[in-house]
Amino acid sequence: MAQDKCHLITQVGQPQVSHCATPLPVQESLALGKHLGKALPAVSPSPAAGRVHDDLKEMLDSNKDSLKLEAMKRIVAMIARGKNASDLFPAVVKNVACKNIEVKKLVYVYLVRYAEEQQDLALLSISTFQRGLKDPNQLIRASALRVLSSIRVPIIVPIMMLAIKEAASDMSPYVRKTAAHAIPKLYSLDSDQKDQLIEVIEKLLADKTTLVAGSVVMAFEEVCPERIDLIHKNYRKLCNLLIDVEEWGQVVIINMLTRYARTQFLSPNQNESLLEESAEKAFYGSEEEDTKEPKAEAASLAKRKPYVMDPDHRLLLRNTKPLLQSRNAAVVMAVAQLYFHLAPKAEVGVIAKALVRLLRSHRSVQYVVLQNVATMSIKRRGMFEPYLKSFYIRSTDPTQIKILKLEVLTNLANETNISTILREFQTYIRSMDKDFVAATIQAIGRCATNIGKVRDTCLNGLVQLLSNRDELVVAESVVVIKKLLQMQPAQHSEIIKHMAKLTDNIQVPMARASILWLIGEYCEHVPKIAPDVLRKMAKSFTNEEDIVKLQVINLAAKLYLTNSKQSKLLTQYVLNLAKYDQNYDIRDRARFIRQLIVPTEKSGALNKYAKKLFLAQKPAPILESSFKDRDHFQLGSLSHLLNAKAVGYQELPDWPDEAPDPSVRNVEVRGAPQGAGCMGGQGGSVSEESGSSSSSSSSSGSEEEEEEEEEGSGEQSEDKEEEEKRPKRKDKEGSRKAAMGSAGRYPLGKRGSSVNPFSLNPAVTPPPPQPIPSSSIISTSLVTDLEGLTLTDTSLTPAVSVPHALPGMSRDPCPSWGLQVGGSASHTPAPRPRQLLSPAFGAVRTYELLHRMAGEGLSVEYCFSRRPFPGDPHMVAVHIQISNNTDAEVKSLRVSEPKLLSGMRIQEFPEIGTRLAPGDTANVVMGIDFCDSTQAANFQLCTHTRHFYVSIQPPVGELMAPVFMSENEFKKEQGESLCTVVDSCHPCCSQ
Amino acid sequence: MIHSLFLINCSGDIFLEKHWKSVVSQSVCDYFFEAQEKAIDVENVPPVISTPHHYLISIYRDKIFFVSVIQSEVPPLFVIEFLHRVADTFQDYFGECSETAIKDNVVIVYELLEEMLDNGFPLATESNILKELIKPPTILRSVVNSITGSSNVGDTLPTGQLSNIPWRRAGVKYTNNEAYFDVVEEIDAIIDKSGSTVFAEIQGVIDSCIKLSGMPDLSLSFMNPRLLDDVSFHPCIRFKRWESERVLSFIPPDGNFRLISYRVSSQNLVAIPVYVKHMISFKENSSSGRFDVTIGPKQNMGKTVESVVMTVHMPKAVLNMNLTATQGSYTFDPVTKVLTWDVGKITPQKLPNLKGLVNLQSGAPKPEENPSLNIQFKIQQLAISGLKVNRLDMYGEKYKPFKGVKYITKAGKFQVRT
Repeated sequence: MAQDKCHLITQVGQPQVSHCATPLPVQESLALGKHLGKALPAVSPSPAAGRVHDDLKEMLDSNKDSLKLEAMKRIVAMIARGKNASDLFPAVVKNVACKNIEVKKLVYVYLVRYAEEQQDLALLSISTFQRGLKDPNQLIRASALRVLSSIRVPIIVPIMMLAIKEAASDMSPYVRKTAAHAIPKLYSLDSDQKDQLIEVIEKLLADKTTLVAGSVVMAFEEVCPERIDLIHKNYRKLCNLLIDVEEWGQVVIINMLTRYARTQFLSPNQNESLLEESAEKAFYGSEEEDTKEPKAEAASLAKRKPYVMDPDHRLLLRNTKPLLQSRNAAVVMAVAQLYFHLAPKAEVGVIAKALVRLLRSHRSVQYVVLQNVATMSIKRRGMFEPYLKSFYIRSTDPTQIKILKLEVLTNLANETNISTILREFQTYIRSMDKDFVAATIQAIGRCATNIGKVRDTCLNGLVQLLSNRDELVVAESVVVIKKLLQMQPAQHSEIIKHMAKLTDNIQVPMARASILWLIGEYCEHVPKIAPDVLRKMAKSFTNEEDIVKLQVINLAAKLYLTNSKQSKLLTQYVLNLAKYDQNYDIRDRARFIRQLIVPTEKSGALNKYAKKLFLAQKPAPILESSFKDRDHFQLGSLSHLLNAKAVGYQELPDWPDEAPDPSVRNVEVRGAPQGAGCMGGQGGSVSEESGSSSSSSSSSGSEEEEEEEEEGSGEQSEDKEEEEKRPKRKDKEGSRKAAMGSAGRYPLGKRGSSVNPFSLNPAVTPPPPQPIPSSSIISTSLVTDLEGLTLTDTSLTPAVSVPHALPGMSRDPCPSWGLQVGGSASHTPAPRPRQLLSPAFGAVRTYELLHRMAGEGLSVEYCFSRRPFPGDPHMVAVHIQISNNTDAEVKSLRVSEPKLLSGMRIQEFPEIGTRLAPGDTANVVMGIDFCDSTQAANFQLCTHTRHFYVSIQPPVGELMAPVFMSENEFKKEQGESLCTVVDSCHPCCSQ
Repeated sequence: MIHSLFLINCSGDIFLEKHWKSVVSQSVCDYFFEAQEKAIDVENVPPVISTPHHYLISIYRDKIFFVSVIQSEVPPLFVIEFLHRVADTFQDYFGECSETAIKDNVVIVYELLEEMLDNGFPLATESNILKELIKPPTILRSVVNSITGSSNVGDTLPTGQLSNIPWRRAGVKYTNNEAYFDVVEEIDAIIDKSGSTVFAEIQGVIDSCIKLSGMPDLSLSFMNPRLLDDVSFHPCIRFKRWESERVLSFIPPDGNFRLISYRVSSQNLVAIPVYVKHMISFKENSSSGRFDVTIGPKQNMGKTVESVVMTVHMPKAVLNMNLTATQGSYTFDPVTKVLTWDVGKITPQKLPNLKGLVNLQSGAPKPEENPSLNIQFKIQQLAISGLKVNRLDMYGEKYKPFKGVKYITKAGKFQVRT
């Protein structure tokens, strides 16, 4: 029944039905059927549609929400199928204020779809949205703004503008996010509003919530990507928020920051760029280059101004790195391109692993990633070499993936791995996928041209392929062999002869043409065969393809010049045939060549040079990757993929020669950025450890700024910690707050080993620079090992007098420690008491002098208080804690018979005369002058009954005392001390 | 960003379209059809097609092409990743991502697409947020809805949207609190003709099913975390904690999700659990060939290799195959030339063997290449890399959850060249 009617209707309602591709579903055809009985409207543009929609209109006009909903669902289904439902506009728009939220949402869907076509009617709905914008519920405000801005009706531009401005200062970040989304919509509707919109963007860029950040940068990219100046003040904040922004926002921000960094910082590879040119010619493998560079770099450093990476540049690199482990391929790619374009050469390698991981993903992801890897692997081959095998091809890969993998494999080929790669290629050649086989042959050709060592092997392999059954394979081989032979033709006349024989069988025009060209070019190497080939070709000339004909003429001309005796007549014949060819190119060529080679009275001076013209030495072709130089497009972009500039592509600028003023990124606004050290967990939430570390480091960061700007800190970290309620964290939180309260006093942490016990107070006016002779800073015997002062990421970093203390630091703001060896402390003026605070005993690492078991119940521990011994400034104070775990008293504890190396001195602690009762502990201090060495001080610890041999060996870090020093002083000292000092300093800073 | 989306089925019907900006005519898909025709195989349709006014970026999932229309520069992976996320969401909502499922739920699909993108820029893609906004269809709910007239659109702002943990919804409650982790490892390998390993690598994922009330804070530790070389995380994982302690610490999303995926460091030698003995030959100038394949277990740590399936793409010249299998059953599709041998379990006592004759097209030249064999298998209760979960601790909630870990090893892209 329904079937019948449906059929009937398709005939009646032709105009409506004909343009829809899918057949009508039963439900709708029933609706049609219901109205079939009614009279046909006399003159209606789409009669059937009108009738169908009467039914829907009725439902929409009813009082029941369920009927309305049903109607709207059917309308949306029509829209989804691409059918026209525009004539329902008045009926639908009436329901815009419907109470039922689902009906309302579907009405919005309809409105957004058709408002553009029915502008006047759409205006009816505006007041509803304006009311919605004032709603106390943020969801309703947001959705009202969303729909209002999605209605593409130019007349409401002023209303939209107003709404966006208002929403941009809404309390709810969700509404502000919606405002950010609305900006590009308005801009595409009316680009005259640009200036006003930029103001809104500027305002939203200063927003501190992660929710808004991604959307506003998106708006920035669409409206005013050229206004890079708007980013300055927000740069640090964006870098620090990045890890907590949602994935899609991360992609947009990272891409924008890549461009930004290219305009604001200096190239981290500028010192290498000059070397690179010479190095690349001289060396084959990039590894060799790499090993060469450090030395050369060191040499060049002496000559030119050393490159110091801007701390903001470092900040960006550091904060994006964890995102390489995102689950979102787009984020990984964005970080990869950022590193490729911005990181120092030595650091780019980290991205390879993540990119290789993406190769396990969907085919389309693989395709895009491989395109980018292909480009990268040309410039930075070493990076992907360890992953060579990940690019091996499976027979089940789609052809386009196979060809891209092949491209990467070819780019990665060098002298060491070529044999493995060629072995793989041999497998590929037998594949059933002929396009792939052809690409493999090309790849072999490229390997052969690039790597001289294997040229003969490749050539032999290719010659073997000439006897392949598949003509395409043979043809491709011929073309590649032709290119290879041009490099050293003299040795290969055998191959040329072999190929000459192929002309009888092979039909592929390109291959035939290649063979003919080869024979012509090297006719002197095969003098006997060449005329014969020409004879055969002359016979079949008329049946050849154009490209072959041209080469026949070419061959004839060359033979005429070298061997006119045998080939004169043949040449004449060929030229005559060509003279009457259908193709004018061929006719022209024949005429031209005849004039050139056949001496006549008319022929001009060129005749003499014919031989030179034709038989000139031709340079061998260079087989290059099609991905060469693609990196001038920003990687990961659409333009890069297409290798053509896409609409709206923002050029990646070249590095500036002189760095623009870095101070533009300083923020005066109270507490706007969270300092330089923040690195949260990967997600929005932060673990106990990471939370405390990020908050602590961010507190230190903000203090840096604080100091610089002499303003109180406004710690703005969104209190993620609140989700976590463990006491330990509260402690930290508490201590942090305490620290904030005391204007930058550094809290002492709880975690023994990594916490530095010295608390420096930066808020106090820095002491005047102290003249410290460089020799006293670090004794050379100690410089190799500075682990004692290594500051781990989680430690609370001490103050720095200027933010971004050290160039080359990579994670935390580096503390400018002046290092002072205990033994030589006397060279400096007496340390100020304020600078050297007594460490909390528990926080300092304690070492065991005597174990409870070995000491028969007596256990002795010691630690370094990191201060000079009060009695003698050359000595290091060692705190010794003796505890009696026996059940008897211990008496007369003393040190005796010290065995020391020459120069070392020991100040024994006075004998503990009193008895040490069971369970008691005693604390004593002794001084040892280690003479700057790490040799152990051996001595005996005596009780009234026993002697224990013990020794104290100082870790390097314990032989130093902290000194306050400004950044400039530190740099100065750093510069003056030996290079090794600097070198060994860095690893500890860049933990 | 993303301008429009078209869903196209295999026969070339556009069965759904959605526009986020002005309407783009369906005719833009003609460029796609053209490319599709040129590519012959669906696998070879280029993911990015440039047309005079637009760019088309497409993915192919579950026999549906998701074709998006782009008007200006955008990172292609951004779009591709988003389209996959759309397909995943459909899968999540309807149990399958098929043409019928989408057509049956077209209104929900439309509502989802509306929420996922705003003006072409992704808005809410986290499944937990979407599920608060739009409830997934269930039979019960649709019955209730039709009676009470209530809707499946939530009227509250999803809290996740605003919180720092957008992946978890608030107020989760279960009577049975459970947390399950599946450690699934796949062996990717290429074995050459002689049986030696050209390339082998272990890729793993940990899929979780977490049904815990409230806001649990979990930490999962491994016995041997050093095995994990390259790891990618769900956004819930605290990266810092992993860096410093090699512990996975996270507030989990509710329900099923992929916690991490990882690659086992390439230094470790990969134990290949099966070996294949093969003898495939085509005789010159005769219309037949021989086919003889035996699969045997090796290095499987005392576990049985199960669900073994071998698929072979035979050369085009093969007309038919007459084989006998000592175990399992085989099928040969003469159209696609795919031989599938469902072996089942391998028992070392009696090795499964498939042997017989291959009929070739008469007159056709002997196939150049021997086909490569793709092997699928499964080993229960074993993570081939040796990765072991040490313990799972929960903080933040009082109850005792039920915890479970399951290990499984599968063949990934496991190919034997012959």
